[in-house]
Amino acid sequence: MTDTTPKAAVRAGAGAAHLAPVPARAPRRARLWRGVTPWLFLIAPLALLIIFTYAPIANMVAYSFTDWDGVSPELNYTGAENYAEIFTREDLFRVFFVSGYYLAASVVQIAAALYFATILSFNVRFRNFFKGVLFFPYLINGVAIGFVFLYFFQDGGTLDSILSLFGVTTDHAWLGTSTSANVSLAGVSVWRYMGLNFVLFLGAIQSIPGELYEAAELDGANRWHQFRYIIAPGIKPVLSLTVILSISGSLSVFEIPYIMTGGATGTETFVIQTVNLAFRFNKTGLASAAAVVLLLIILAVTWVQRRLVPDDKVDLV
Amino acid sequence: MYRRTVLAIAAGALLLSACTGTGGSSKGADAEAPDDPAQVSGTIKVLTVRTDLVQDGTMDRYAAEFNKTYPKVEVEFEALTNYEAEVKIRMNTENYGDVLLIPAVIKKSDYPKFFASLGTQEERSKKYRFTDYTTVDGKVYGQSPVGVAPGFLYNKKVWRQAGITDWPTTPAEFLTALKAIKSKTDAVPYYTNFAAGWPLTSWTYVNGSVHCDAEATTKLAEGDPWAQDADLRVGDTLLHDIVKQGLAEKDPATTNWEESKPRMAKGEIATQWLGTWAIVQFQDAAKKAGENPDDIGFMPFPAQADGTFCAVVAPDYNQAVNVHSKHKEAARAWIDWFTDKSGYDKDNLAISPLQDAPLPEVLKPYEDAGVKLIDLDDAKGAQVKLIDNESEAGIYAPEYRQKLVDVARGATEGSLDDLFADLSKRWTEAQKSVGS
Repeated sequence: MTDTTPKAAVRAGAGAAHLAPVPARAPRRARLWRGVTPWLFLIAPLALLIIFTYAPIANMVAYSFTDWDGVSPELNYTGAENYAEIFTREDLFRVFFVSGYYLAASVVQIAAALYFATILSFNVRFRNFFKGVLFFPYLINGVAIGFVFLYFFQDGGTLDSILSLFGVTTDHAWLGTSTSANVSLAGVSVWRYMGLNFVLFLGAIQSIPGELYEAAELDGANRWHQFRYIIAPGIKPVLSLTVILSISGSLSVFEIPYIMTGGATGTETFVIQTVNLAFRFNKTGLASAAAVVLLLIILAVTWVQRRLVPDDKVDLV
Repeated sequence: MYRRTVLAIAAGALLLSACTGTGGSSKGADAEAPDDPAQVSGTIKVLTVRTDLVQDGTMDRYAAEFNKTYPKVEVEFEALTNYEAEVKIRMNTENYGDVLLIPAVIKKSDYPKFFASLGTQEERSKKYRFTDYTTVDGKVYGQSPVGVAPGFLYNKKVWRQAGITDWPTTPAEFLTALKAIKSKTDAVPYYTNFAAGWPLTSWTYVNGSVHCDAEATTKLAEGDPWAQDADLRVGDTLLHDIVKQGLAEKDPATTNWEESKPRMAKGEIATQWLGTWAIVQFQDAAKKAGENPDDIGFMPFPAQADGTFCAVVAPDYNQAVNVHSKHKEAARAWIDWFTDKSGYDKDNLAISPLQDAPLPEVLKPYEDAGVKLIDLDDAKGAQVKLIDNESEAGIYAPEYRQKLVDVARGATEGSLDDLFADLSKRWTEAQKSVGS
């Protein structure tokens, strides 16, 4: 098939070659315009991107080399002093242990999201209703969630009342000790973000052609086999993306613990600590450096992960 | 691909150099008091933290009253809910209202760059209290409209039920009193307000009351606040013991500030360490809950020097004039009027900033009991703030006391002595690096 067109062109051209001139190259101006046009369309998004993403980052990097306090008109360049301080103070890194709770929670979160997405991708009664129910928490504002769950975990609050319905009477302060507070907060974060993972998985699963299931069923595959050999490999890119997002999310947890406990009782995360450095102790320079370090850590983790799990092209057939 | 990234970064860097080039050009301008009230004109914007007063129209009533003297000045209010954080960012521009409250974050030495001077300390201190809190090089940059004194708010009825009629005079007696409340009444003896955090910072204002020492701030700057028998250590130890002996609420992590007011009025909570400013709020809560507002009592820190109690009187937020304001005279007129004539201090049952004004009614028990009110010398106040930031101890922030409460109730490992030792170490190290 491929070779017919050039031959036809040659034949057609053979007769007309000397009559019609070779189409001249477009004039310089037109060429210039053609080169510029895509950029014209891009002006607005690029301007927004530069003003609201790259300029603040550049600004932050610049501040990280100063001793700026956040308001004073004077700031001194201090070189890499802030970075030296961050890497020599182990108390600044101890807060990363808290991320462990959220990391563990995201394993639960991904498993649950995958489970629900798989079930609801098949024909289930009230399927759309359940989809809505599962996605709904993600739509609620994080601040509102923080306040709602404060009442939920209160002594004699919603959780205690529900447990007492089942005859379990606890006298447990849910946000009282470090472990239980972190587990509770991580639970809230699972509740909130599972909907997002679920929708991503559901979309990916639904892009798998339906004939595959039919064929598999004819071959005698049960639901587990279908999941294992069709769904899991089919959504691998989305799965690995989700894992990357969860890890970077776990390292940079902020709003739920900040609103609910303010970082008290050992729930302080790296971002809360950075915010405190910047706004409590007016060490904007040091806080900027901490933010840069967090950015680099997340980039590094992502890079390692992409190395370990390369982004293969999905080929189910 | 790489070239494009470099381009973006270069563009960003270009923007950056344009952004950071701010500077305080006008230095040390003065906001003179106007000679003829009828001639001052202009529209001034007043920034405030009192969202409640702006919403219910109280501030507008003050402005209407102000206009009777200054007919040509128009006053607009802007209430900020998260004052410190929002004003801090706005102060990178020139547009931060005409009159504002001096945020804690501003270094004292930077005051002349941001605010217009209200006059010399020598002249102002004759009429006003608290002038040294905002004095830089002999010039005053702010004036607080009210003064506050720290103390324990308590429900008189509950304390009486527990059989305690006299104010405890030592921390040990105070603990015994709380124990009596626990065993004889249903009330929570002490409420920490741990979750809100900031009520815990009131414990810093114990400083000065324990030893009746007007030089307490200087001691913070030069000594170790957590040394044996130092004021902050005495206060923090009391807080620790209260929690450790189970005299505070069961689950501090889910405390609720707004709810604590009616609960105290109803006698479900017996005591809280706050300040005179809180009395009016708790009395309102009592009225709303249908309880007697007179049940809300106020007592000093349980420590006596030579047989008398002491309480420290300190300014609330200081009002200042923006150095970039176009209507400095009008702004100055507002500050003077608001401080001297508005009655804002009386409306809030607060201590007047005027030297010769009588004490408010709520402090009548203090007068009767002969509590000595002391003004702290704030000459080293700026230094203390610098050390506090540098050491990240945070005596004006809730974190370390939240940790203290956690240690006391066994939620976090560690002991009180370790906590104090760590704070002392950080504080004294910071003293060295800041002290130069």
